[in-house]
Amino acid sequence: MQQVFRKPVSLKDIQTHFCPGCHHGTFHRLVAEAMDEFGVQGRTIGVASVGCSVFLYGYFDIDVVEAPHGRAPAVATGVKRARPDSFVFTYQGDGDLAAIGTAEIIHAANRGEDITVVFVNNTTYGMTGGQMAPTTLVGQKTSTSPYGRNAGKDGSPIRMAELLAQLEGVAFSARVAVNTPRNLMDAKKQIKKAFRYQVEGKGFSFIEALSSCPTNWGMDPLAANERVGTEMCGYFPLGVFKNTAAI
Amino acid sequence: MTKRLFMKGNEALAMAAIEAGCRYYFGYPITPQSDIPEYMSRELPRLGGEFVQAESEVASINMLLGASATGARAMTSSSSPGISLKQEGISYMAGAELPGVIVNICRSGPGLGGIDASQADYFQAVKGGGHGGYHIIVLAPSSVQEMYDLTMLAFDLSDQYRIPAMVFGDSVVGQMKESFVPHPRPARELPPKEWVVRGRQHGEQRVVKSLYLGDGELEAHNWKLHARYGELKEKESRWESFLVEDAELVVAAFGSAARIAKSAVMAARERGLRVGLLRPITLFPFPEQAFRAVTARCKKVLDVELNAGQMVEDVRLSVTCGTEVFFYGRPPGAGSLPTPEELLGQIEKYY
Ligand SMILES: Cc1ncc(C[n+]2csc(CCOP(=O)(O)OP(=O)(O)O)c2C)c(N)n1
Repeated sequence: MQQVFRKPVSLKDIQTHFCPGCHHGTFHRLVAEAMDEFGVQGRTIGVASVGCSVFLYGYFDIDVVEAPHGRAPAVATGVKRARPDSFVFTYQGDGDLAAIGTAEIIHAANRGEDITVVFVNNTTYGMTGGQMAPTTLVGQKTSTSPYGRNAGKDGSPIRMAELLAQLEGVAFSARVAVNTPRNLMDAKKQIKKAFRYQVEGKGFSFIEALSSCPTNWGMDPLAANERVGTEMCGYFPLGVFKNTAAI
Repeated sequence: MTKRLFMKGNEALAMAAIEAGCRYYFGYPITPQSDIPEYMSRELPRLGGEFVQAESEVASINMLLGASATGARAMTSSSSPGISLKQEGISYMAGAELPGVIVNICRSGPGLGGIDASQADYFQAVKGGGHGGYHIIVLAPSSVQEMYDLTMLAFDLSDQYRIPAMVFGDSVVGQMKESFVPHPRPARELPPKEWVVRGRQHGEQRVVKSLYLGDGELEAHNWKLHARYGELKEKESRWESFLVEDAELVVAAFGSAARIAKSAVMAARERGLRVGLLRPITLFPFPEQAFRAVTARCKKVLDVELNAGQMVEDVRLSVTCGTEVFFYGRPPGAGSLPTPEELLGQIEKYY
């Protein structure tokens, strides 16, 4: 019998703690596949952030440093500067990266640090119970925007992939989703591109991954998945916003 | 290297860091310590190291955390308001048992305060500073020579005990020029860094973290850290004692305040007063045993600080029963540095 599908070696054979229908697990898998493809598992140092993805080291079979909330790009800078031969990526949520950690992401990107950032955007603070995030859509109800996000008072959702693409230091920036098989295949492709930039020493690469959060959105997994394609993709268009080396 | 150099304290400190093998520096400008990043930005690239001017103190302490996690010798420096911003990262480093050197060339506060010499960050430095109940090693130089010596020591102690170490100076020791003798790093056997992240290909997975959620795990981790603080107290307490053997009154002071106090002690001796000086060099671990020993005989201590009274609490906890502890301090600000004559007046008052 020919084996045509297998678990990536960079991923441990362990059940994740993510809620049913959450896309974190799928992104973990895509990241692990990219790691396998480039054979970088052995020299990878992952930087875990705070939020639902903090247990990175429980699922990836790689060395990991844990960063304080929002600071993963700074920690990754220190790791990469001290060990330029390692493959360094951060994995951060939207509360982490687009709120408390905005300074760190913008400046690490602007310095063109040779790292890869995987940014999982589920329009809410998942782990702390579904509060309003900088990416929460206008009108979206959360536990701290019970009347819906109000652009006049709360500002409008931040489009990080576009924002970072403006910076000279950024080599690659793209937004992906895994809500349909087609989007998933494309996400896989873009994540590999992002990884290739670092493997080839071409600079800072950024992947924004649109994710569902059925529990905090108060939806069943199918409806939540649906929302990614309709509401989220409407405001956060999928695509490549920068691809300096045209990889 | 036996030649004498004439340099600023901040520069001697930076020079010592490089001599100690520090190749990675992360910082953000603030007076009165900017000579340190300036020196590092000039020297590190020539040595194959890295200088990063971070976007903030928050970022720079986390860059230090990342570099330290790989086993590199690395440093950050700042002054009071910047050190406040670093506290979260220092707490994470303490929790993750990461070494690393943090320099605080303390200025006056609270808030923006001023840029004068101050010792008002004593509590912040020795009582944890950040959240969670931890300690870091705190070394207090009082001369340019000690800015050099103690910085070098900070790297070794930090690596040996896997605890962040702070060099706690102020504008006086940072900005003054004095002659000193640089020297190579003294030999000290250090444990291999078996915990560093270096990629899975070199063996088992390694994780540098401070999150412990399992039943009893975090408590056990904290007890382990606290045992190490105890070991530090026993083995690494350092102090200077000056004319304490026959003293009727002992002045306690650290850092630049101790220099002024020393002049006052010598002036008092000239007047026939039997006065000595006990100067803690490690503020954590606090040299409790030195205070206990001195006050077994001498029952009067005058604690002098460039603040409204902070170390005096540790002095009170360390002296033997029946000792009277007096305090004289000047909260910092332009013109509030006490003169030796002023301190002599205080010595005479309590003698
Ligand atoms: C300094 C600090 N502030 C707040 C928190 C609490 N906190 C933990 S996770 C989190 C939100 C994470 O949300 P996000 O980054 O969107 O990730 P998700 O859980 O949705 O995957 C917050 C606010 C913290 N750990 N540290």
